[in-house]
Amino acid sequence: MPVIFPKWTNQLPFLIAAGLALAGGAVTAGVTYYFTPKYSRVGYEPIQPVPFSHAVHAGQLGMDCRYCHTTVEKSWFSNIPSASTCMNCHNQVLKDDPRLALVRESATNGVPIPWVQIHRVPDYVYFNHSVHVRRGISCVECHGRVDQMDEVHHVQSLTMAFCLNCHRDPAAFIRPESKVTDLGWQWNTNADVAAEMQATNGVKFVHDWRVQSLQNCSACHR
Amino acid sequence: MRYVLLILLTMVAVVFGIAGLRGHLSRKPPVEIIPDMNRQFKLRPEAADNFFANDHTSQLPPPGTIPRSRPIQTLSGPVYPYEDAPVNTGFITGTTNFVATNPLPVTPALLQQGREQFEIFCTPCHGALGDGNGITKKLGVMPSVANLHDPRIVDMADGEIFNTITHGKNLMGAYGPTVPVQDRWAIIAYVRALQLSWLGSTNDLPPDLRAALK
Repeated sequence: MPVIFPKWTNQLPFLIAAGLALAGGAVTAGVTYYFTPKYSRVGYEPIQPVPFSHAVHAGQLGMDCRYCHTTVEKSWFSNIPSASTCMNCHNQVLKDDPRLALVRESATNGVPIPWVQIHRVPDYVYFNHSVHVRRGISCVECHGRVDQMDEVHHVQSLTMAFCLNCHRDPAAFIRPESKVTDLGWQWNTNADVAAEMQATNGVKFVHDWRVQSLQNCSACHR
Repeated sequence: MRYVLLILLTMVAVVFGIAGLRGHLSRKPPVEIIPDMNRQFKLRPEAADNFFANDHTSQLPPPGTIPRSRPIQTLSGPVYPYEDAPVNTGFITGTTNFVATNPLPVTPALLQQGREQFEIFCTPCHGALGDGNGITKKLGVMPSVANLHDPRIVDMADGEIFNTITHGKNLMGAYGPTVPVQDRWAIIAYVRALQLSWLGSTNDLPPDLRAALK
């Protein structure tokens, strides 16, 4: 009479367990790696209706961020400039360029340019731009080197962990208020000296400006 | 076992091949894996929405309404933004004559504020020194930019400069919509300081400083 369970079946429970562990591990690794804004949001680079280059305007021409984003210091919301702001220069510069047709049209008839929003936190997050830029947190901390981007893309994950990373230790990120829109600014070209100056001045700024960097839920969620 | 491993590796390779690395540039809008309350039924600024007739969420105030506001502290007392006062219009009240001097108290803080605002809004064309040598001149993209040290502008009433900033002049656009009233007066105070720095002579210095220069 042949055996019902040949000898190799002794290994079967082990094989099944090993297989499940491997598959489970792969799925866990996949979810950890992919199911996060670090994957889903970072690198988002939509095609904008007008091929506006921040690298040219903020980088090459050295224009301040606040020339266009005027409300960033006063409001929770950082505005997109109206077409009339563009026309302050583009009534003369590239005034017949076809790439700017939509801007001229918008400035004439008042229909907004349908810019595509890139950075957008969930609606239950009440992020306030003004309180950050008025207390020495630079644009670059969340938006990256926009002054080097021809087309803007999403650089940081803007997850809650990202926010808390700074809220737990603002002294490591805070900088002089006048350098907030100077995206490439450093304390010193020597990284060690810069780190030391950041450490000493950071603590000082946090104390002097009474930076609270709240970590309670209702600071951001209400 | 070998086959199981092979299948697993193939699947990992396929997922990796399709999904790619974190941070790769993508034209597609982000997928919200657990959307829950991420996007709520409320109006956010500068968005498209058909609640209002013109399909924007950001609306201009209805005609005839006055925004809630705080008064501006001028030399002649507090002034609200709706009042016909030099600080709001650049004109002497009830006339069309430009006000000669800055209605705000000129303090070091105002000059500092003026410098900051000047460097944001004015330097691209007028240059950091106000001499008309901004980046637009260097690139040769603007036919003419005023030199703020020109006697015509040095002799101009403060109110007229305010009027120019607010409404623009010739090819210069209007900065009234983007630069608030206080910032405009701060810019004017700073422009005056810039002009003084060019017009001044050693005779303006106190005697001890003048002696130190010689």
